[in-house]
Amino acid sequence: MSLVRTFILLFGLIAGFSVNIAIAQTDPESLRPLVNELAKGKYAETEKQIGALVATGDPAVAPALEALGAGVLFYRKSDGSVFITEKAGKTYKLTDPLTLEAKGEAGKREVKKIKVNNKLRRVIRAALGSLTLMAPDPEVRKTAAEAVFKARDPDSIEALDIALASETDESVQLIMEQARAAAVLNSDMDEAQKINAIETLSEMGNRDALSLLINVQSSSEGVVRDAATIAVEKIEKSIAAWDSAQNIWYGLSLGSVLLLAAIGLAITFGVMGVINMAHGEMVMIGAYTTFVVQELIRTSAPGLFEYSLFIALPLAFLASGLVGIAIERGVIRWLYGRPLETLLATWGISLILQQAVRSIFGPTNREVGNPDWMSGAFELGQMTITYNRMWIIVFAMLVFAGLMLVLKKTSFGLNTRAVTQNRRMAASMGIRTPWVDALTFGLGSGIAGIAGVALSQIDNVSPNLGQGYIIDSFMVVVFGGVGNLWGTLVGAMTLGVVNKFLEPYAGAVLGKIFVLVFIILFIQKRPRGLFALKGRAVEA
Amino acid sequence: MMSSFLFRAMDARAGIFMAILGAAIVLVPAGNLLVPETSPFHVPTYAVTLMGKYLTYALLALAVDLVWGYCGILSLGHAAFFALGGYAMGMYLMRQIGTRGVYGDPILPDFMVFLNWQELPWYWYGFDMFWFAALMVVLVPGLLAFIFGWFAFRSRVTGVYLSIITQALTYALLLAFFRNDMGFGGNNGLTDFKDLLGFDIQADTTRAGLFAASGLALVVCFLICRALTRSKLGKVLVAVRDAESRTRFLGYRVEHYKLFVWTLSAMMAGIAGALYVPQVGIINPGEFAPANSIEVVIWVAIGGRGTLVGAVIGAVLVNFAKTWFTAALPEIWLFALGGLFVFVTLFLPKGIVGTFSQGWTALRQRKISAAYEAGSDEPPTAPPHSPGAPANVTIPKPSAPVSGAAEPQPAE
Amino acid sequence: MKTTFTKLAVAGLMASTMIGGAAAEETIKVGVLHSLSGTMAISETTLKDAMLMLIEEQNKKGGLLGKQLEAVVVDPASDWPLFAEKARELIEVNDVDAVFGAWTSVSRKSVLPVFEELNSLLFYPVQYEGEESQRNVFYTGAAPNQQAIPAVDYLMNEEGVERWVLAGTDYVYPRTTNKILEAYLKAKGVAEEDILINYTPFGHSDWQTIVSDIKSFGSAGKKTAVVSTINGDANVPFYKELGNAGIKAEDIPVVAFSVGEEELAGLDAEPLVGHLAAWNYFQSADTDINAEFIEAWHAFIGDEARVTNDPMEAHFIGFNMWVEAVEKAGTTDADAVIDAIVGVSVPNLTGGYSTMMPNHHITKPVLIGEIQGDGQFETVWETSGLVVGDAWSDFLDGSKDLIADWRAPLSCGNFNTATGKCGGS
Repeated sequence: MSLVRTFILLFGLIAGFSVNIAIAQTDPESLRPLVNELAKGKYAETEKQIGALVATGDPAVAPALEALGAGVLFYRKSDGSVFITEKAGKTYKLTDPLTLEAKGEAGKREVKKIKVNNKLRRVIRAALGSLTLMAPDPEVRKTAAEAVFKARDPDSIEALDIALASETDESVQLIMEQARAAAVLNSDMDEAQKINAIETLSEMGNRDALSLLINVQSSSEGVVRDAATIAVEKIEKSIAAWDSAQNIWYGLSLGSVLLLAAIGLAITFGVMGVINMAHGEMVMIGAYTTFVVQELIRTSAPGLFEYSLFIALPLAFLASGLVGIAIERGVIRWLYGRPLETLLATWGISLILQQAVRSIFGPTNREVGNPDWMSGAFELGQMTITYNRMWIIVFAMLVFAGLMLVLKKTSFGLNTRAVTQNRRMAASMGIRTPWVDALTFGLGSGIAGIAGVALSQIDNVSPNLGQGYIIDSFMVVVFGGVGNLWGTLVGAMTLGVVNKFLEPYAGAVLGKIFVLVFIILFIQKRPRGLFALKGRAVEA
Repeated sequence: MMSSFLFRAMDARAGIFMAILGAAIVLVPAGNLLVPETSPFHVPTYAVTLMGKYLTYALLALAVDLVWGYCGILSLGHAAFFALGGYAMGMYLMRQIGTRGVYGDPILPDFMVFLNWQELPWYWYGFDMFWFAALMVVLVPGLLAFIFGWFAFRSRVTGVYLSIITQALTYALLLAFFRNDMGFGGNNGLTDFKDLLGFDIQADTTRAGLFAASGLALVVCFLICRALTRSKLGKVLVAVRDAESRTRFLGYRVEHYKLFVWTLSAMMAGIAGALYVPQVGIINPGEFAPANSIEVVIWVAIGGRGTLVGAVIGAVLVNFAKTWFTAALPEIWLFALGGLFVFVTLFLPKGIVGTFSQGWTALRQRKISAAYEAGSDEPPTAPPHSPGAPANVTIPKPSAPVSGAAEPQPAE
Repeated sequence: MKTTFTKLAVAGLMASTMIGGAAAEETIKVGVLHSLSGTMAISETTLKDAMLMLIEEQNKKGGLLGKQLEAVVVDPASDWPLFAEKARELIEVNDVDAVFGAWTSVSRKSVLPVFEELNSLLFYPVQYEGEESQRNVFYTGAAPNQQAIPAVDYLMNEEGVERWVLAGTDYVYPRTTNKILEAYLKAKGVAEEDILINYTPFGHSDWQTIVSDIKSFGSAGKKTAVVSTINGDANVPFYKELGNAGIKAEDIPVVAFSVGEEELAGLDAEPLVGHLAAWNYFQSADTDINAEFIEAWHAFIGDEARVTNDPMEAHFIGFNMWVEAVEKAGTTDADAVIDAIVGVSVPNLTGGYSTMMPNHHITKPVLIGEIQGDGQFETVWETSGLVVGDAWSDFLDGSKDLIADWRAPLSCGNFNTATGKCGGS
């Protein structure tokens, strides 16, 4: 690292003298030998060469470094010249790393990738950070400041000061100040400066700041140490408070996954009384539908990828729903009134469906990608909230609300409730009960299918997908009370939160065991679940 | 007159069944040990072990049938009792290894040495003695079932709620036994057994002996179950199954009856597990998997719920199909097995034995009436109830569309 | 009913025995014992296909000892006792001369007594916890010293890692590996509080809490890395959570021992670039023999997108060793092959040769690879020579003094060098 430091220092000096980095710009061709050097030698040499490039202080080297970090910087075997590449089928499109002009194409065997590892990527990140602190795009400056923060390099203080002086965007300014504070703490500046820096970090208040401060605490003495200790205590306290909030969030997130998995079952099992062991496979069909949709999009319309989940939702509903209706018409309608035998038949069906998927799609996991809006995370206070979990919670609530609406506000819902409460009387009133049965089962299965779309975002898409959820789903439905959708909602959320609160103390395995024991004991107390149905229907 | 007829039929059926089983107990080991290998009548050791395993499964199915077929308790967790029995036996077999383990520790089993355990946990004490292990084989599952049942039946947890909490029970045990900290070998379980009561576990004679023991255990348990179900107690059980509240209002302590068969059944499952382990050579938490318990229920349903013979036949048949399919159609056997389950449910709703005896009864009745019409002086009797299989295999439900030719069962 | 059935069963079994006996005249049978259904099908089915391919290729070359090879495939369905039953069926009923199969430790443990009793051969292709050496079994996957320890060394020396999270699924392989690593790290001067050990159940899918634990453990100011022995299925949700929580390889690298090309095929590798894996083979290995192997694999499976992985290479090595040993011995007889195979050396796919050692483990190079955006690995470090698989770890109390050597006259899997006796401590 020391070498890099020297180079960054050099860069800092140049930047210092030239006020505006743009002035330091030189003829790109003078940089070419340095860039071409990158193709030579092992990691240690590459690190030196990166340092040499950074030492020029010329932002024109940034694209080459970025490409190197991203693993798309190649060199031509014939003459050793370096290019940024883009894969185009069997060949690579070449781009000049300095002028960014297209330079034609090259075959797979003509070019070779310049290898990078984690360490180099870290060096590049820090180097790019210093180089792009003055970039015109505030987003780029933000990333640059974050990179400098992580590097904690005292030599970047000068560059930061210059950048801070001309910075107009407040959020970027804040990060730059934090980065500066981190660098100051790592430097040999005087105590007053350090205490200021500690205050900045103490306000930042997250784990990154904490980790820095703990370092300071252990490596310094006197006033600085005391200030750091106070700051550490303050941050630890606030993080502890946020931790409970985080646990509740995790619990809700797990709960909504359980809810999604169980809600279809709440209809086929809870409302219709079919012990539907093939329920998990309906979820699986939904997930595979997502996979097929994404595959089609990838090959024929890559631009639609961001919308793939919205396209998959109705298709998954239809696919699972139709399979559900087929099962109902083919098998289950002969078994009404013999609920235990539906267990047998649907178990058989679940084996068949699993094997069918295995034969069609192969036994291995299939890749279902996350669209951009489902990836990443944001910070809320000291809590990290990942987008996929957040959207899944939202989605689960929407599905629940939608289902409630269908059952309570539509005539189909009325018919469903009528048929499940008193089949004969409903039939006498002119409701076509077989039709309603088939549609209700189709609805339950379809909901399981759209749950599959959501679950494909966080779990394996494999033939075993359904098996992993079936037991939990039954637990949720029974815990909440068979035949009551609100019970399923409350049940899922309770189990999710309880599980997540137990996990940090008991560990994942014991936590789950405790939850199961809790369910067993709870059922002793309330033998019909959380929200028991009242009246004669109970005895049926 | 009618009841004695019924009795005779049942005796005949049970007699045939036991004669066959008895013959198998004698002939299979004899065919393995006495007949030379070149003879076409030689039974290979592979087949002996395999059939021995089927017999222990049959015993497990019998246990499930006793609670489900006769008392209406659908257990989706019976594999837990089976596995506990198996673990008790496995612990005995582990202790028997002694210094022959790979680390040669005289006391600690290999996996404990492996994980740096310093001494034997207290719950492993006593398992070096066969009598103690044998006692635990019935006591541990029995006690667990008693405690579980005592709470569940008193709280009047019934139907599907009970089924799901039995599933929760076996799932919780599965997770617990997976934990290496529990001291039961974690996921690998207990394996690499050497000998049982001093006999080499790999010897043909031991295998034949285990086969015979499994057969014998099955016969004994079958007799117990049959005596039980045909006694007054058995009638109360059936009453509980068909109308629990009504039975309770008649003054019977329903929960006591349930608790008794439930515990008995768990003990039988434990014995089955204990006999299973030395024959397959391994016991691990996979046996607790909820899917296993569901499969046992399926064996019973395929054989014929509420017919003891049916449970045995279902278990043997399904497992034979599994053995055969996994070798003959390794890529697509699940289609075949799944298809079999669906087929049986749809077309043989009373299971194989139920349907079989129903057809047999119908045939017999036609003969009797034909004889009467032909001028015999014997008056036509009322259609006898299917001997082994009560007609109320299905749960009577007024709104249910009546399937098949099942005649409604008059209340007694 | 019962008799007819029993008779049928016996007759069927005997019929197949006799057919097996008759067919053995013309072919040499090879058993393939990999789960094609159940939880492990996801990993093992590929190995079944790889075996079929290897056998087909060998037949194209003229078979073995002038006879054609015939694969006998059975499905033990991820059911451990069924593994033992199927192994017995392969050996007794189908008369196979060698079996290639098993993946999980428990399935291997389940079949061990069967191979011992019936004196047959098992080639086990997966990296495992070690602490075992059996006369009838050949371990072609990595022992802990061929995977875990070099990986930790790499992180310590190249990345300067000082704080360690050992995360694993709760079964014997992670338990042992972590035990060995813990002892190794402490020997290297890592403090107790700088090691966090965490176990999760099989198929764990909710990683939020653990990922956030890793994050906070990593914010103590020291460079932190995760050593993951998380089992196959649970990896996809783990890496998805990791990627979403923004844990970058540059900050907290994760080195995994059970994540290969096949596992990565199931997820978008882009957010995982830079995380590591330690294996003895990567599909990206730049050698002619590997290119040929990949081409043959793609032609056999009919799908250009299918990847190759380390256990496939292990089968490739194991199968070729067996072929060579049979040719050397001139017979498929188990005892002769066991004697002949020690010292047999065959090319591996990374450009070197692997040799069967007297302890029935093989020599292998150790590669550390970083995940690339396309789901492949790029080798960032490799051992200069081959590493000999160590059946008994030097870092565990119970097995320090044990060695295995199956050559005469020692012929022992657990010889104690301290007491000079065969049979453990």
